[in-house]
Parts: sequence; C-alpha cells; structure tokens
Amino acid sequence: MQPIHLAWVDYAILLAYTAFVIGIGFALRRYLKTSTDFFLSGRSIPAWVTGLAFISANLGALELVGMAASGAKYGIATAHFYWVGAIPAMVFLAVFMMPFYYGSKARSVPEFLKMRFDERVRCVNSISFAVMTVFTSGIALNALAKLLQLLLGWNYNWSLWLCSAVVLLYVFKGGLTSAIYTEVLQFFMIVLGFAPVVWLGLKDVGGWDALKGKLAEVAQNPGALALNDKTFQPDAWTSAWKPLLGGSAHNPMGVDLFAMVFGLGFVLSFGYWCTNFLVVQRAMAAKNMAAARRTPLIAAIPKMLFPAIVILPGMLAVGLALSPGKGYHLPKMEIEAGAYPQAIAAIQAASADPQETPEAAVQAVNSAVGYKMDPAKVEAVIQQNRTSALSQAKLKTELQAAVAENNYDGVIPSLIKKFCPSGLLALALTALFASFMSGMAGNITAFNTVWTYDLYQAYIAPHKDDHHYFRMGQAITVVGVLLGILCAYFAHHYNNAMDVLQLVFGFVNAPIFATFLLGMFWKRTTGTGAFLGLLGGILTSAIFHSLTLATGDAPGLKGGYIEVVKWFPSEMAQNFWLASFSFTACFALTFAISLVTRSMKTDEQLKGLVYSLTPKIKDDEQHFLLRPAVLGTLLIIGCVILNIIFW
Amino acid sequence: MGLDIRWPIGLMFTLVGVLLVIEGFIAGPSEKSLGININLWWGLVLLVFGVLMLLGARRDGKKNPPPA
Repeated sequence: MQPIHLAWVDYAILLAYTAFVIGIGFALRRYLKTSTDFFLSGRSIPAWVTGLAFISANLGALELVGMAASGAKYGIATAHFYWVGAIPAMVFLAVFMMPFYYGSKARSVPEFLKMRFDERVRCVNSISFAVMTVFTSGIALNALAKLLQLLLGWNYNWSLWLCSAVVLLYVFKGGLTSAIYTEVLQFFMIVLGFAPVVWLGLKDVGGWDALKGKLAEVAQNPGALALNDKTFQPDAWTSAWKPLLGGSAHNPMGVDLFAMVFGLGFVLSFGYWCTNFLVVQRAMAAKNMAAARRTPLIAAIPKMLFPAIVILPGMLAVGLALSPGKGYHLPKMEIEAGAYPQAIAAIQAASADPQETPEAAVQAVNSAVGYKMDPAKVEAVIQQNRTSALSQAKLKTELQAAVAENNYDGVIPSLIKKFCPSGLLALALTALFASFMSGMAGNITAFNTVWTYDLYQAYIAPHKDDHHYFRMGQAITVVGVLLGILCAYFAHHYNNAMDVLQLVFGFVNAPIFATFLLGMFWKRTTGTGAFLGLLGGILTSAIFHSLTLATGDAPGLKGGYIEVVKWFPSEMAQNFWLASFSFTACFALTFAISLVTRSMKTDEQLKGLVYSLTPKIKDDEQHFLLRPAVLGTLLIIGCVILNIIFW
Repeated sequence: MGLDIRWPIGLMFTLVGVLLVIEGFIAGPSEKSLGININLWWGLVLLVFGVLMLLGARRDGKKNPPPA
C-alpha cells in the first residue's frame, strides 16, 4: 500500500484534536483534590456524559477495525455481538446489577467481590484484570502504530510513543474525569468522522438494495474474493438469523444457534458488560444512583445503531470489491520484508528446473511467504522469469500481487484511503486516533484504580493518608502507560506469545459471570464456593480447549493439544462453546460448594450486596420514561425490532 | 465537575468545521469523494453541531454559573 500524503489542513485538524484532549486534562487538574476525585471523578458526573464514555471506552481501535473485518467475513450476522450480546447485557447491568455496585460504595469491581465474598476472590479478579488491561492497551498500541506505518508511512516508534504520551498526559493530569470527558469528545469524533466515509461507500456501491444484490453474489461464491471455501444461500451475508437457523454449516461464521444465544449472548456478553471494571467504572462515576443506572441505558442507544458505522463498512468493502470498475480491491496481507529472499529463491529454483511441477513450486512459494498465494499468478511469474530473468524489485512486486489472503483489518484504512480527500481524510484518521485513545485511556484508568485500591492499598501499603494514594495513582498511570508500550513491543516481536496470553484471559473471563450472578442473587453463596467455583471454571476452560479444535487448525495453540475429542466448524464456535461449558461448570461448582460450606458473612453484612437483602429502589420520583425498567424495556423492544428487520 | 464538557466539544467541532469548509472552498469537489464537495458539506454539518453544543453550554452556564 502506498502511504497517503497529508496536506496542511490534515495536520491542522489532527493538531486541533490533540490540543483539545490534552487541554481537557489540564483544565480539569484544578478540580482534583482527593484520590476519589482522581479514581472515581468524585461521583459527580451527569448520566449522559458517563453513558457516552461507557460506550466510548469499549470502542477501542481494535473493536472498530475488528468489527469491520467481521462485517466483511460474515456480513450482518456480526451484529449479533450488538443485538444479542451487548444490549440485553447492558439493560441487565442497569436494572439489576448497578444498584449493588453503586449502592455498596465499592470503589472497584474487585472491591465489590471482596465485600460480597472474601479476599481470595478479589485477589484473583484484581490481578488478572490488572494484567489484562495492560496487555490490552499494549496490543492496541502495537496495532495502531503498525497501521499508521502502513497508511501514512509514519515511523513505528514515533507513533507508539507519541500516541501514548498524549493519553498519559491527559489521564495523569485529570484522572478518571479527564478520561471520561475526552471519551465523550472522542465518541462524537468517531461517529462524525466515520459517518461520511460510510455514506460515500454506500453511495458508491449504489445504495442498500444494490449492496444486498452484490452480497448475494458473494454468498453464492465467496471463493471469488477468497472469503470462504464453502458456498452459501444468497442471504448468508444480509440476514442475521436465517443462516443461523440453518445450522453451523449454513452460515459463514460456522456457529450454531445455541452457541450464539447462550455462549455469546448470555455468557460472554453478560460476563463482559456486567463485570468488566473498564466499563462499570464509568457508571460508578455517575453523580447518583439514578444516573449510575441510567448510564448503561444511555450507552445502549448509540450502541444499538453502531453496526451502521462499524459493521457496514466491511460489507461495503466486499460489495465494492465485487464491482469491477469501482477500482477497489480487498486489501491483501503484506509480505514481510524478511520473507522475500526465501520466496524469490523458490521462484528462481522453480524457473531453473523445468522438471518441477507447478504445484510443487507454488507450494514452496506459499510456505516461504507464509500466506495463501494465487497459484495461477505464481505460475505466471515463474514462466516470466524463465523466459527472461526478472529483477529483484520486479519479483517482489509480482510476489506481493500474487498474495491471495485478505487482510481484513485493513478494510477500514483502505476505505479511508479510497474515499477521503484531504480534510475529510484527517477527520477519519482523527476518528481512528480517538477510538484508540478512548480504549487506551479506559484501560489505563481502570488499571490505576485496581492497582491502587485493590492491590497497593490492600496488600502493600494500607492505612496511608489519602494524598499518598492520590500520588500513587498518578505514578502508576505513568507506569501503566510504560508497561503498555513494553507490551506493544513485545506484541510486535512475539505475536504468538500474545495469542497465548489472550487465550489465558479468555479462560479467566469465561466463567466470571456465574460468580456474580450467584453472588448477587443467592445469599447462600459462600466465599469458598465462589473462589473454588471460579478456579473450577477456569480449569474447565483450559481442559475444554485442550480437547477441542476448529476445522482447518492444527493442534497446539488453537487447542486440541491433548487429544481432539470434538471438532468445531469454526474458531468462533469453539470459543462460544468453551464459554458455555466454563460458565456452567463454575455455576454448578459454586452452587454445590456453597451448600456444604458455611457463609462467613451475616445478613447485615450482605445488605446492599445481595438482591433479597437489599431494600428495593423506588423509581417513582423519576419521570416515567426515565425509570430504568421502562427505559430498559423500550431498548429491548428496539433491539427485537432491529433483529426482525434484518431477520 | 466544574467544566461543562460541551464547551470543548463545541469549540473543537466549530474549529474543525471551519477548517473543512475552507478546504472545501479552496480545493473544490474531489474525484475521490464521488465528485461531491464533501469537505464543504460535512464541514457545515460539523459547524452546526459545534455551534449547537456551544449554545447549549452557554444557556445552562447562564442558568447556574459555575463556582469561580
């Protein structure tokens, strides 16, 4: 990909954005006096602000780029992550769980676990969460720096340090308030920055109906764009439920109905939205209980419509790629500089040896490059080289042109490149920056709170004065960002190690919702039950993973390293089923162990932490439409309508 | 918190809107954006959004002035 050239107006816009986010941090500095101000915004923020921050913190650059990638690979079914996954979970958080989080005055999710259960559960949760946030920001940072290198030709190291420096500055100065305030600005930036790109894409492809027609062609022959080896019904990319009802062989995700609804919709989504401190922290910062409960509900409104700007671009890319004359191709994987010598040697060896079969030659080039290649194009290069030896540079360009494997993460950048003239270009790029920064700031603020309150204050230095923890929060913010940078370099060099880590986090996260569900709604749940149940759930994940594998993967990192007992049609199906098993195991174990162990907490201690022991909140003073239950019901109805429209 | 977030949001989008409108006038419609002068039109949209945010912040600011 040729780097894009930025004009003066582009630099001006990028600069204006950066100045404003840093400016917000500095403007808020004078309001910060106590550690509560720094970590919890002094619980003083209105609901519409925390609501938009809630959604923005979740919308990291990886989500944005990844959802467009899934939109290209799977079509509208990707929206299940929103309409089956996120929305019901957010409504549940608002209506049922927020009263415990906010009412208990816990300062973090791990602290809530300590109040409800005991120190052990908090310890497991806080350590795994702290490590995870640092790694997540590192992975996102690496992805962003690589993207900027590819798209703008910027230096990798410079991008990495500069972007993290901006985030560090405003979080260091303004704490959580500053992160939340900038997240609101970033929310509008993301929406207003990407909307025109999507609009131009939709216009170019000829509107929604034309896109549907194109995607029907794609579904019947996804091989033409190297999307999938199978063929599907014409509506596989444009309806969300029909291909799913047909079973895992009839949708490009390779997922069955149960895995989708229970695995993704219930276990994974509720586990993420209702227990992840990264998002819950935003609601905890709200000014009162009503605002805290309204936070996820306000967030759910834009979240419901987000598929239009995050998934639709992927579908548009596929539609455009299939329209000749539009001059658009799906971006292909870029051959690593280090892979060329071996690949060129393979071509030259094949040209020198007329006896070698074309298949063997293509195979050799394939394994040298590391990506799937177009056999016809590789053979053509060999033929050309045979008649007259090609130069190294020419061979390199020909090889890159022969790569057949799509780089789905490149979909968003490629659309920006295609449709944005200078000016709009900067706006779209700023949207990308904004999404990255909101995600990173979200991770950093959650990390510094959990570190300071749940690890430092709990185990290392209890009983210090408040100012001490405030200073600690600022110091650990710097450390957190530096650790993130370190992880980014780590991810840059050891991609596999990162995959292992993400796998382990997946194991840890899968069962957690069972612990919360039992803890909040069954007062008999004991600390020992929760702790052992959680460990059992994590263990179940690991065992499940070692015994199953997705079709097309080799045993090892992707699973099945003990023995493959069960094959899944796709990695996604494997992942959803893993979560389902892990949750069930954790639930059953926690339940059983709680029955045979004695609770260490009295009913009085559990007041405000368990449903049956907490006085019901009266919503009567609130306007009818603003009551959480009413608003939540309306949201669910909206969600059902969307599911029916895209049935 | 003492700062109304609508001030920075309004200011930033007004500024970016103006920059886009200027670019739209100078460069004219682009082939990339399908022959539409997207900078001009989208710049106007951002400008309107920014000004609305500023007006909202000013109205509420007058009602209950922030503690100095």
